[in-house]
Order: sequence, then C-alpha cells, then structure tokens
Amino acid sequence: MSKERIKIAEELYDIMPPEYQDLVKKATYGNETRGWKDIGTAKELIEEHSLCAGCPESMAFRYILASLPNPEDTVMVGSTGCTSLVFPHVAVHNIHSLFGNQNAIASGLKRALSVRFPDRTKDVVVLAGDGATVDIGLDMTLQAWFRQEKFTTICFDNELYANTGGQESGLMQKGFVAKMAPVGKSFEKVRLPEIARESGCHYIVQCTVSKPNLIEKVIKNAIYVAREIGPTYLQIYTPCILEIGKNSMEGLQEMRDSEKPSERFAYKEFVSEPAKELLAELAAKEKERKAEAKRQLASQTVTV
Amino acid sequence: MTTSYKVMPGPEHYLPPSASSMGIRLPDPGQAHIHGTIVPEEEAMEQAARQFLSAKVPTIFPGPLVLWAWNEKAAKKAKAVRYLYETIKESVDPKKQQAMLIPMPDYRPKYPKINPEVEINPNHPNLTIWHNKIDACMFVGVHCHQANLSLKIIRGGTNCYTVAMCAQAGHEDAMLSFRDATAEKIERLADWVKKLKGSVAPPE
Repeated sequence: MSKERIKIAEELYDIMPPEYQDLVKKATYGNETRGWKDIGTAKELIEEHSLCAGCPESMAFRYILASLPNPEDTVMVGSTGCTSLVFPHVAVHNIHSLFGNQNAIASGLKRALSVRFPDRTKDVVVLAGDGATVDIGLDMTLQAWFRQEKFTTICFDNELYANTGGQESGLMQKGFVAKMAPVGKSFEKVRLPEIARESGCHYIVQCTVSKPNLIEKVIKNAIYVAREIGPTYLQIYTPCILEIGKNSMEGLQEMRDSEKPSERFAYKEFVSEPAKELLAELAAKEKERKAEAKRQLASQTVTV
Repeated sequence: MTTSYKVMPGPEHYLPPSASSMGIRLPDPGQAHIHGTIVPEEEAMEQAARQFLSAKVPTIFPGPLVLWAWNEKAAKKAKAVRYLYETIKESVDPKKQQAMLIPMPDYRPKYPKINPEVEINPNHPNLTIWHNKIDACMFVGVHCHQANLSLKIIRGGTNCYTVAMCAQAGHEDAMLSFRDATAEKIERLADWVKKLKGSVAPPE
C-alpha cells in the first residue's frame, strides 16, 4: 500500500481506535530520513510485541522497522520462529513463509512486484532466524544469492533453536551446551558471512544490535544495495536470554561482550566494488542534502 | 442439492459446521439469502431492516475495506455506512435500543488486549458481541476469509443475528447475506430502515 492510500475514510475517522489515527498522523511513512531516533517521538510501526521482557530480538525489530527507508512500499518475508510472533503486530506488509522457504518466496515476490509496479521502488526484506536461514533453508538462501535476487536477507542469529526449547543450530558456537543439545556442539559455527560473499552477496555485515546508529546505517545500506545491485546479507546477533541463562536486563551486555574485536560477533563487513561505488554516491548526496539543510537553516536564522 | 439445514442465530455449539458444508449455496446476482434460502434482494433488504429495528443493540461492523479510503469507491461506501448507521440510530427507540458502529480496523490477533468497547477482532469477535450485548450486526468491508471466520465464531458462541453486506458473492455463514455490495445498495438498505420505522415492534 502506498503512502497516499494510508488514510482513514473521513466518515469513519471518529470510530477508529487511537493507535490507527496515530499511524496516519504520527508514523514516519514517506520520510526518507526516518531512523531509530524517531523512536519515542513518532508512532512506531510495531504496535506491541509478544517476545520476552528484555529480548534483544525485540530491540533489533524496533531498530529495523524504524530504519526501513521505504516502509510503505516494503514487504517483509518472515519464517517460523520468535520473529513470527511479532510480524502480526507490525504495520508493514509481511508474509509468513514455510520454515526455510523465505528466500524462495522473496525471490518470486520481488520479481512479481517489479513486473506489477515497474515505476515504483518496492523493497523486499527477508527476516528469519538462524535455523531458517542456515539449516533448514540454506538451499533457498544460497540459491537466491546465486541467482542475484535483489533483496536483503537478515538473519537474527541467536545461535540455537530458541523457540522450540534450545536445539543445536548450524550457527551455534562449537562446544556450546544447550537444553536440548546436552553433549555440546561438535563442529564450528557455520561461517555464513564468508559463504555469502562467495555466493555473490554485494553487501554483508555481521554485528549485534548494541549500537542503534550502526544498525540504522547497515539496514539502509543493505536495502539500497539490494535495490540497485544484488543480494545483501546481514547477520545480527540477537541472543536468546532464556536459552543462555541470562536475565532480562543482561541482553545488551551480552551483545557488547560478544562484539569485542576478538569475539565471534566482532563487526565484520564486506562490500563489493559496485556496491562501494553506489554507497559513495549515496553518501555524497546525503552530505549535499545536509549541507543544503544547514544553509537553509542559516538563512532562516539571518532573516529572523 | 437440497438441505434441511438453516443458518440460524446460535449459540450453535463450540465448532459449528461451515454452512457451505451443510449444503447452503450462495445467491446469484440480484438475489440474497435468508437463513440459507435464496430470495430476491428486496425481500432480504426488508428482513435486514426489520432485524435492525427489532434488535436491542443493532450494530454495524465496518472492516478495513471501507475504513481505509484506499480508493474512491471505498470512501463512498464509508459514507453510505455512516448514513445507514445514522438512519438506524434515528429510527430506533433510544430508551430501549442502542445502535452501534464498531470498527474492525485490521485482522491482527490482539488477544487478550482487545478493547471490546471500541473494536472487534475477527479472531475473537464473540468478545465484542458479548461485552456490548449485540443481538443484530452487519459486516461490511471485511475480507472474505476473515468474515467467514468471524461469522462462524459468532454463530457458534452467541445468539447474535448476522448480516453480511458482501462486495463479492455473499457469505453462507451469515444468517442473511447480500452480494455485490455498493454504496447505493447500502443506502437502499438505509431507505428500507426509514420506510419501516415505527412499524416494527421494539424489543421488550
């Protein structure tokens, strides 16, 4: 649904619950400069969530939704897992796919949208857990990258199957003992960022959600590159505090500890040459936009 | 195929069968159905108007297809829905009856946070029906699948009389269903309410 269509029928406006009126009046649809700083002052596109208190995945979800450059023309594709408990509550079009099927669904969707709306930018973003991305759906994930499908894949990596009680996943670290994996993982964490690079992804980042500024930047970069060039991949550490024995308030610290330079979630980025050129071009435009805004502000100040 | 099954106000039981599985068929253009029996549209108009006028809490549930002005037709239908509501409100006895207009803004499951006074949700429509003691309602602008789901839940767990003002082929699971709804058709129903005002006994 485009922004112009997100309006309430005048005759029935008064009976709409306030959260829907806010969605029209205070949400940041159609605002290219939207970002995580709007949280708290604008209407968020996530009404509520049913995740555990202090869940880092809920933080990630809020930052991602706040950072989508074009939410009114974005379709998110989710898969089974904790994320699928949140999707029913977001004000962005979304599809719940079969477990592991998300990148295949997104491929067809992106192609169909390009045919149906040739003159409009439509973004497709896959958001799935590590089980769906790396284990059950690895085939679909890789094949979409091989085919150079133009959408972003985001993996919420919590290093196990949290939603079903803590089974071992391919992204679990070696030696980790989980509730349903009592012997401990016997092989190394799958290096999907490296695999993504070799499979043709143009922009790849591995990080945590401890720094909202950084998350906003990588989300936007990934979407812009996917729009113009080809597949992009983000692997974001969203630890399951329940499954790793942490309390609600310890999620943030867990992410900070895991992103130290020697740790497994140290910031890692790969940008292809065409993507570098595009991002440089966009950065120059952004710089120009900010300079222009500054000039305008200065001229207004002088006038006053 | 003939059937003795009638789509009647419930509570039928916890999981009522879908009316189509019991042999109820949809009307053709120009027709409607009352309790599963195909009738001319005008007959259904009169029956729906009588239900509104004799109910304690006649209610309209507009869904997303009319609540959001996503095209001109939708905005026109919203206007017609408001007109119908105002007409019912003016035509009933304010001491004994209370007309309501409660939106179904979207289909997100909201349990247990729903506020049944201000909205209805297709996944548990019975909460809004029970809370407001609604005994006659009309769905308009609700996508087919969600309307079917709601109508079946309402039939299963409440005694509410359901009317569907459907923009497509109608709903077997409603007690009375129109098809091919337009703004003009909704206004025609309002005219029937006006016409019958004062001739239908209000509830005791």
